[in-house]
Amino acid sequence: MEEPRIGVYVCHCGTNIAGTVDVEEVAKYAETLPHVVVSRHYPYTCSDPGQELIKNDIKELGVNRVVVASCSPRLHEKTFQGVLREAGLNPYLFQMANIREHCSWLHEPGPEVTEKAKRMVRAAVNRVSHHIPLEIRSVPIFPATLVIGGGIAGMQAAWEIANSNHMVYLVEREPSIGGHMAQFDKTFPTLDCAACILTPKMTEVARHPFIRILTYSEVVEISGYVGNFRVKIRRKPRYVDEGKCIGCLICQEKCPWTALSEFDAGTRKRKAIYTPFAQAVPNIPVIDTEHCAYFLKGTCRACEKFCDANAINFEQSELIFELDIGNIIIATGFDTFDAFSIPQYGYGRYPNVFTSLEFERLSSPTGPTEGHIILADGRQPDSVAIVHCVGSRDKNYHEYCSRVCCMHALKYSHLLKEKTNAQVYQMYIDMRCFGKGYEEFYDRIQSEGINFIRGKVAKVSDEAIAEEEKGKLIVLVEDTLLGNMLRVPVDMVILCIALEPRKDANEVAQLFHLGRSADGFFLERHPKLDPVATMSEGILIAGCCQGPKDIPDSVAQASAAAARALAMIARGKIEVPAITASIDETKCSGCKICNLLCPYNAIFFDDEAKISRINQVLCQGCGVCAAACPSGAITHNYFTAEEITAEIEGVLA
Amino acid sequence: MSFEPKIVGFLCNWCSYAGADLAGVSRMKCAPNVHIIRTMCSGGLSPFFILKALEAGADGVLVCGCSPGDCHYREGNYKAIRRISLLKKVLEQLGIERERVQLHWVCASCGEEFVNVVNKITAEIKELGPLQAGQKVVI
Repeated sequence: MEEPRIGVYVCHCGTNIAGTVDVEEVAKYAETLPHVVVSRHYPYTCSDPGQELIKNDIKELGVNRVVVASCSPRLHEKTFQGVLREAGLNPYLFQMANIREHCSWLHEPGPEVTEKAKRMVRAAVNRVSHHIPLEIRSVPIFPATLVIGGGIAGMQAAWEIANSNHMVYLVEREPSIGGHMAQFDKTFPTLDCAACILTPKMTEVARHPFIRILTYSEVVEISGYVGNFRVKIRRKPRYVDEGKCIGCLICQEKCPWTALSEFDAGTRKRKAIYTPFAQAVPNIPVIDTEHCAYFLKGTCRACEKFCDANAINFEQSELIFELDIGNIIIATGFDTFDAFSIPQYGYGRYPNVFTSLEFERLSSPTGPTEGHIILADGRQPDSVAIVHCVGSRDKNYHEYCSRVCCMHALKYSHLLKEKTNAQVYQMYIDMRCFGKGYEEFYDRIQSEGINFIRGKVAKVSDEAIAEEEKGKLIVLVEDTLLGNMLRVPVDMVILCIALEPRKDANEVAQLFHLGRSADGFFLERHPKLDPVATMSEGILIAGCCQGPKDIPDSVAQASAAAARALAMIARGKIEVPAITASIDETKCSGCKICNLLCPYNAIFFDDEAKISRINQVLCQGCGVCAAACPSGAITHNYFTAEEITAEIEGVLA
Repeated sequence: MSFEPKIVGFLCNWCSYAGADLAGVSRMKCAPNVHIIRTMCSGGLSPFFILKALEAGADGVLVCGCSPGDCHYREGNYKAIRRISLLKKVLEQLGIERERVQLHWVCASCGEEFVNVVNKITAEIKELGPLQAGQKVVI
């Protein structure tokens, strides 16, 4: 190995590091360390001139190892590895000392912070002198993309990719694509109807020659790695032959058995054989075996009798098949907060307390009342209270803001005024109208004669204490601007329930190795600079599964995820990280311990040579085999015994 | 001067290192005694490195990995549980208190948890005092 000539670059990061750490002293100290030929400090090392500085030193001073003491490698390791590569050095002859996230930001200011930074730089210098060049290999990828979730985000992502003539599989677990957006009536702030903008998109996606829709299906297993995933999909039986069904829906008409409609948020019933809504795509019904008399009791089969197309097939079984996939976009959306969790708001106890999703259905022309906003007894409401932040911005439930409720609450006010001319009360904590055209919409609604009461609702009750409260729901709320308690008698209460992670978000996270943020939504790789990627390469996220967002933001994020997938498809290959494990054949005793430990089945036993070998394409570089090898025959590249030992000695010296 | 322990913290790349990053980004503050070394996975951390740290002058070792079920490499953290419990038994026979080596789960959004873990292990090792010369590991 050539004599190490190490360049050290201590970054100020403006005042982020230099405000707490004496960067000049750290740089001066680094000069005294073995093999260091140059040590500098610079205001922003990641900037263009900062990068040039490193490149110049590599060229002029013959620097052959680089240490940058700045932020987290999760942020800029790739940036600086690129600098080395451009200057003709192997990118693995580099080490970062994270003196910002793990030092200047993490400790109270004081001389020990600078001391700690010095230790971190010393450890990095010690370590980098043991680094060896690692080979970067590239492997071809599968061009097909898997999109999980057929809501607006999933459809948008699928459509964007398919327009480049690359195959997309769109998996949706419900019988139809469309997602939550299909349930909405109007959309804020433009008040165009959700169905009018969504259903043409659903048809377009379904008819697209490069999109294959897999409804009523779920991903059950995934193996492989970025660019080369193998995904196992389970298609639940519809008990209706998709090839034969003509979508006449006579079966739905004749079926005598019912259940609450999920699509209508339980505001009306559907049949046991049903399509979720009239515009469903595909327009093919499914049999709900939990409510179908044939599946429960073995008799009925009315649907079969009336089906002229002979499409009903009670013998249908689930289908399991596998797909070769390059990229995966997860757009699994959100669930809504369970309004029963806040009993003082009376949901479920008073029939005229509705959730926002129920109100959407009530107001929709395709809903149970054909768009007429009526109370449980069929009357029109004279007064309505809209309660904001039900489950959001509340430490007892969800700390976060659900971001869409203020705006849909304003939309409800408008619809109520327009359809019923009722008195409308908005009970809000803060109005958050942040999007394009949102503040203008808020202004417009204010001018429509809506009452705004700033305060969090304490209770909804039916206990009247005055004549005008009789037969009404009384909303108890503190008007925090006037500083007094109010009792507002109304006919109807709408609870703006929070958006929350899907109930099975944990299982999905485990299946795809995703992280979750404290609020339970899927964790993006970087909150600002990489909101669509995840910690798992090749797995992207879009829409509300990453956090509550409105339709324009979901669509934008979906398009961004599609662009990311397309970038890889266009390259046709990916670089496989060089951090893998390798076996020294002369040391391997053939004990096979590593074979069983490998989570990717990347290690196989060579029966002829009586030793284990590692498939370098399958190896993901976790190092579990190297840690277990009793002969010390396995090297975990970039985390070798020499490198880690040097780092340990560096921090402790 | 009061005893300030030196602790080596091996943090897995996917969860715990990111969790420590989050603590920093959120400007949470913790004791400066834990010196972080990045590993790919808690299950890929050879016990050799833990012993090496104790030999090289650490008074304690912290190992952090993804929460059970969340391992980026599926089940590396379960392997870490087994290895470290076995290692602790060996350490006790060498006369080294088992509290000097600790395994904790710190997820990528667990900034606060990371700060708590660091403060906890720092306080506990301060209580134990320095790893005595007689206890020193030689490997």
